[in-house]
Amino acid sequence: MKKTLVIALVLVLGVSLLAGCKPVAKQPVTFVFAKGDAVELDPADVTDGESITVMNNIFEGLVRYKSGSTEVEPCLATSWDTSSDGLVWTFHLRKNVKFQDGTPFNADAVVFSYERQRDTNHPFHQYGKWEYWGWCFSEIAKTEKVDDLTVKITLSQPFAPFLSTMAMFTMDVVSPTNCNQWKDQWFAHPVGTGPFSFVEWVKGDHVTLQKNPSYWGTEPKIDTLIFRVIDDPSSRYLALQKGEVQGMEFPNPTDLPKITQDSTLTVLSAPGLNVGYLAMNVGTDTPGFQKPFADVRVRQAINYAINKKDIVSQLYKGTAIPAVNPIPPTLWGYNDTVQDYSYDPAKAKELLKEAGYPNGFKTNLWAMPVSRPYMFDPKAIATAIQADLKQVGIDAEIVTYDWGTYLQKTEAGEHAMCLLGWTADYADPDDFLYVLLDSDAAKVGSAGNVAFYRNATVHTLNKEAQMTTDLNKRIDYYKQVQQIVHDDAPWVPLAYATQTLVFAKNVKGFVLYPTGDYHFDTVYFDTSK
Amino acid sequence: MKYYVAKRAINVLLIVFAVSVIIFLLIRLAPGDPAITMAGEHASAETLARMRTEWGLNKPLIVQYFVWLRHALRGDFGQSILTHQSVLVELVQRFPNTLELSVFAMIFATIIGVFAGIVSAVKRYSFFDYVSMIVALFGVSMPIFWLAIVLIMIFGVRLNLLPTGGRLGVMYSITPITHLYLLDSLLEFRFPAFLDALKHLILPSLALGTIPMAFVARITRSSMLDVMSQDYIRTARSKGLGEKAVIIKHALRNALIPILTASGTEFAGLMGGAVLTETIFSWPGLGTYIVQAVSARDYPAVQGAVIFVALIVALVNLIVDILYSYVDPRIRYE
Repeated sequence: MKKTLVIALVLVLGVSLLAGCKPVAKQPVTFVFAKGDAVELDPADVTDGESITVMNNIFEGLVRYKSGSTEVEPCLATSWDTSSDGLVWTFHLRKNVKFQDGTPFNADAVVFSYERQRDTNHPFHQYGKWEYWGWCFSEIAKTEKVDDLTVKITLSQPFAPFLSTMAMFTMDVVSPTNCNQWKDQWFAHPVGTGPFSFVEWVKGDHVTLQKNPSYWGTEPKIDTLIFRVIDDPSSRYLALQKGEVQGMEFPNPTDLPKITQDSTLTVLSAPGLNVGYLAMNVGTDTPGFQKPFADVRVRQAINYAINKKDIVSQLYKGTAIPAVNPIPPTLWGYNDTVQDYSYDPAKAKELLKEAGYPNGFKTNLWAMPVSRPYMFDPKAIATAIQADLKQVGIDAEIVTYDWGTYLQKTEAGEHAMCLLGWTADYADPDDFLYVLLDSDAAKVGSAGNVAFYRNATVHTLNKEAQMTTDLNKRIDYYKQVQQIVHDDAPWVPLAYATQTLVFAKNVKGFVLYPTGDYHFDTVYFDTSK
Repeated sequence: MKYYVAKRAINVLLIVFAVSVIIFLLIRLAPGDPAITMAGEHASAETLARMRTEWGLNKPLIVQYFVWLRHALRGDFGQSILTHQSVLVELVQRFPNTLELSVFAMIFATIIGVFAGIVSAVKRYSFFDYVSMIVALFGVSMPIFWLAIVLIMIFGVRLNLLPTGGRLGVMYSITPITHLYLLDSLLEFRFPAFLDALKHLILPSLALGTIPMAFVARITRSSMLDVMSQDYIRTARSKGLGEKAVIIKHALRNALIPILTASGTEFAGLMGGAVLTETIFSWPGLGTYIVQAVSARDYPAVQGAVIFVALIVALVNLIVDILYSYVDPRIRYE
């Protein structure tokens, strides 16, 4: 009796072992990423980074940024041409592309996607606020269908950065059939042509996407993509340590040293499309103008006097790199021949003496009341700059206001020196050099150019670069602008904030985009170990 | 009795009204322009003007208040500036999440708190008394975010027993019926999902319940001590009742009123959405909603949420008041 039992047991064990040896069917791969919650899911109506991340994986536009770059390449359009006056752009669309709901992608869909934002009489216009359209696309006069696979966009004035703006999420193409079905609830039921299709959104908890089996491009390597809402950066890190999520954004700067040492994690970091700077007011027509700043030697002296490296390494806690130019190095057109002013207090004193201020002068330095990635701790940064200036005899009083007032007053030029920064909406040097340093942007009261720097050559170059669609020419113009701005020194460029993501060690294939876009279709798990 | 309830109900209305005035003024006196916050730092003057008109920010304060009040009385708290959705709908969606968490935290706090309080009182100056009162002292003075992170690190990461946050594992999905996940999963007979939801509740309830627990334990102890020295307890003992009967039937019942008040107040506080606990545990309740709304300067959302919370807190207090007028009839006549 006992013997039979033993034999039976051995048999059962043996069979179960054999069963264990059978090749296992391929398990669906799920990737979970920790971030904040989306606000809504209509690419043309969103304005926040958390929503845009979700959009980037569901939708596509006519053009897109090359992997990890700010250069534009074909996407839903395979090619395009421009009329000689630069006003009419004709896009030739990709054939045999389907939306995730099975309806065909064609010229009608493109016209619907754009006209619903522009045309106030469009039946779908009432369902959104379309804020970005007003901010970035007001130069589009019309979008028309030429034939099923050709679309014509007419501009009201020639504007070369237009092609870069076309890669923005606002210009993603949506399924008209799906929009008309959901109407005002469409924002919660997105359908696009991208590598992942929408499954569900539990507000405040998670968004689930799945691989789009009929995707026209390279198939994603993961089957399910889940964005889990974890607002607290320390909680994100704990969830990552435990393996509940395999990737996260925005780690706590104080956690960074620990994260970097953790051998089970990978940290990816690169400067984003932003710059933090100190602007010196050179606008003689502004209330805050002070005479010393009219002298280029004084402005250069201030550049020499500030120990930028120390400020960035001590006060940004590893979340930024020192800035040289007004545009970040990850953006095309960056001039890498520009040599930054070194930290040289002796040289600064010498320049001040030449300019007629051997004992320095009294002035003010405005500090932002809020922290931004490009200005991590404005009060501390201002204090450090104040101390550096004191070394060369310049006595700067720190001034601050609440944020709204601060912006109004700096736009009106009430400061002598002020700290500010900028995050670009689209990857084009125009979105830095024109909006921050052109004479067109130096209107007292609504200035984006708070140095009130008005250089005729810079203006001509900026305008030329807006008119021509020849990329090499544009790069050349922008490089010249950067050299002039460097020599004239209306700014002390301070820092480019980096974007930081953390992944589990076995997660591979993620590419950082300078625009801060996350695309998860290239992500996979390395199972070799 | 009717008179008493009516009086308390009017009180509730007055409180909510006062809260509405205060929150309305507070938000508007805070520095920072919501139009600039929303439109971005370099929006044009025209855009800002248009947004201000759209949200009525350019009208006098008093007009803004009454326009808002008129809508609020009809249950219309306006649209969130951030999400363009109805504030009331968003609040109602999130309320069950906070309810589930606070009920759980309160059950934990009351059971442990009352038990520890009774034992401490009965065995006064014993080892147990000292330990539990020291623990209670820690409990009331511990920063909740610190406790929450320590709990996650120990039970979530090191011991790997419980999830670090959220309401449900990503492999489960529950059809929302009541939006209370424990109930919904049971209604559909999905026990693995039920267990998972339960696991997700444990750590946040512990973190959230610790302060009320400590508070309840201390109140129970002192209230019990107070009652135990009364004449009727001596009478009960002298007529030969067993110690258990004396404590449970005579002492506890009379000690219950302050305990009920304390638990009621604590519970009402929890229902307001535990901002820190919800944030650290990624719990999508009223607390995280308020944090989001405040940081985005989403006026309608902040206002709506605060009034909503004030109403709930006041209603819970009202229920507690009515409850203890049953427990102690003397209260009705005061």
